[in-house]
Amino acid sequence: MYSMKLRKEKYDDFVAALGKQNLYAPQKKGETLVFAPVEAGSSIPEFLNTTVPPKNIVYPQTETLYCFQAGDTEMSLPEGDEEKVVFGIRPCDARAMALVDDLFSWDDDDPYYLEKRAKTTLVGLACNAPDNNCFCTSVGGGPASTEGLDVLLTDLGETFFLQVLTEKGEKLCQSLGELLEKAAEDDLKAVEKLHEEAEQKISRKIDTEGIPDKLMGLWDSELWAEISEPCLGCGICTYLCPTCYCFDIQDEVEGYDGRRCRMWDSCMFGEYTLHASGHNPRPTNRERTRNRVNHKYSYYVEKFGKIACVGCGRCINLCPVNIDILNILTKVKEAL
Amino acid sequence: MKENGNPYIPHITTVEDTWYETYGDRCIKTFKVVFDDEEVRESWGHRPGQCAMIGRLGVGESMISISCSPTEGKFLRFSVMRLGKVTRALHELEPGDKMTVRGPYGNSFPVDDWKGKKILTIGGGVGQAPLRPIIEYVRANLADYEELTTIYGARTSGDLCFKSEFEAFSKEGVKCHLSIDIEEEGWPHYVGFVPSLLMDVNPNPENTIAITCGPPVMINFVLQNLKKLNFSDEQIYTTLENRMKCGIGKCGRCNVGSQYICKDGPVFSYATLKKIPEAFA
Repeated sequence: MYSMKLRKEKYDDFVAALGKQNLYAPQKKGETLVFAPVEAGSSIPEFLNTTVPPKNIVYPQTETLYCFQAGDTEMSLPEGDEEKVVFGIRPCDARAMALVDDLFSWDDDDPYYLEKRAKTTLVGLACNAPDNNCFCTSVGGGPASTEGLDVLLTDLGETFFLQVLTEKGEKLCQSLGELLEKAAEDDLKAVEKLHEEAEQKISRKIDTEGIPDKLMGLWDSELWAEISEPCLGCGICTYLCPTCYCFDIQDEVEGYDGRRCRMWDSCMFGEYTLHASGHNPRPTNRERTRNRVNHKYSYYVEKFGKIACVGCGRCINLCPVNIDILNILTKVKEAL
Repeated sequence: MKENGNPYIPHITTVEDTWYETYGDRCIKTFKVVFDDEEVRESWGHRPGQCAMIGRLGVGESMISISCSPTEGKFLRFSVMRLGKVTRALHELEPGDKMTVRGPYGNSFPVDDWKGKKILTIGGGVGQAPLRPIIEYVRANLADYEELTTIYGARTSGDLCFKSEFEAFSKEGVKCHLSIDIEEEGWPHYVGFVPSLLMDVNPNPENTIAITCGPPVMINFVLQNLKKLNFSDEQIYTTLENRMKCGIGKCGRCNVGSQYICKDGPVFSYATLKKIPEAFA
């Protein structure tokens, strides 16, 4: 819609101005990079992808669906959510939210997710220097993709260049008042150059053409056993995937206080599909890996017209046995 | 957070009646329940083939097929095998107790498209539960259908569900064929497996719809035999099950290929299932 600029030295004032709105930004907690509430006086986050994607802000790892008292049938809903601003979300993670929106609004609206999503403003930060395993450009994104974002920032060294993309973004920028300056025409040129250069820096690529249509044809292929052979079934590739949304629902009762909650689950776990009879339609890592890849690159495309992968590289970076989705896709391409 | 339209909030029902269909380790108990809220009772309206998430607060929920037809009255019936944590807790419920119910979920048997046709159900064990609503529905609208035949078998006579109902069905002109796997003293019907009974009944495929549900092994042989009897893939229907949590296509786990059993199913034609390699996993 329009562009503005924020001087980095004014970051403290920026944090103070947004303080009332629950500002989240990438932070280091121990060894782990996460999105967490920003405290006054904290510095500008200078990280690429966080270890834990920001999906937990709109889709908590565990959340209460409703509460009840043991032995009673009255159910009470958790309190409504507050407005939140996510600062420094990378374009791939914002695209992931836009992708998952389709699922959570498919026929039956999921009120928990959609309410949090509606109350969250995403201020993205373009990647000037993408990471080694980033492959966003192969799956429809890019280091400066705006999909899902309300504001896109580009780091110009001394300043952030702001592109206001949605009404939510506009509202946020208006609330910042004089903290923002007008951008100059030269700034826009510099930004465009940075975006182009960033795209050039992405070294890992795959042409996904033909994969969604033909993947099911490889159902009985040997390659699934080969790919999943080293898999430990730890589930990290799905837990920390920004587009993975599968959940379990469990009841918890402590004394008289009961709650039904949902929590992230993973299709890489055996219990995920285990029937009460003991039968398991996906009994080994072979079937589970096949489901994970098919879901992202075929089923989701059939249902929602989009590949459910944003190329963030987390599943590659974090897999303890170095299973690499791009290597899988390369093998798939060879077998097609 | 709004309560209206929240698909995870169940309705409260009261158990009106319960009885055991079968006994033993994996016994099957039927629950007849009525919604506490009069508005829900009036507006519920499920279709034959649909399922519901039933449960107990503090324990959890299980997806169970609704084993009655809407033509039977303003109540619901569930026939539940005692197997896991939730079904064990459900089995403790007695008349007057509360059960949570949300749904109805999934697609249903296309009963309107089948008008004027002969309906053949082929069930095994607890697989008769999802077939019972279609039998009841066709029975209630018998003038709209050419014929109703039901083939049903279990391991022993003690493993047959809804036993008392078949005699009444026969008197109304429903063709009932019962079987047990192992010879028993005084058993007047067929002895053998359901797929063999199917060949023995030898139904004419012309203008017929065959619907089957039961253990995977039985379904596989029933499908083979229906093909031998010259049924086309479009004339054969089955209902599938998988572990489920949400019932609305979001929690992820019940898929066979790209199809969610809770939403795109549980009723599938064989023509559709043949294209899904995972369907019979």
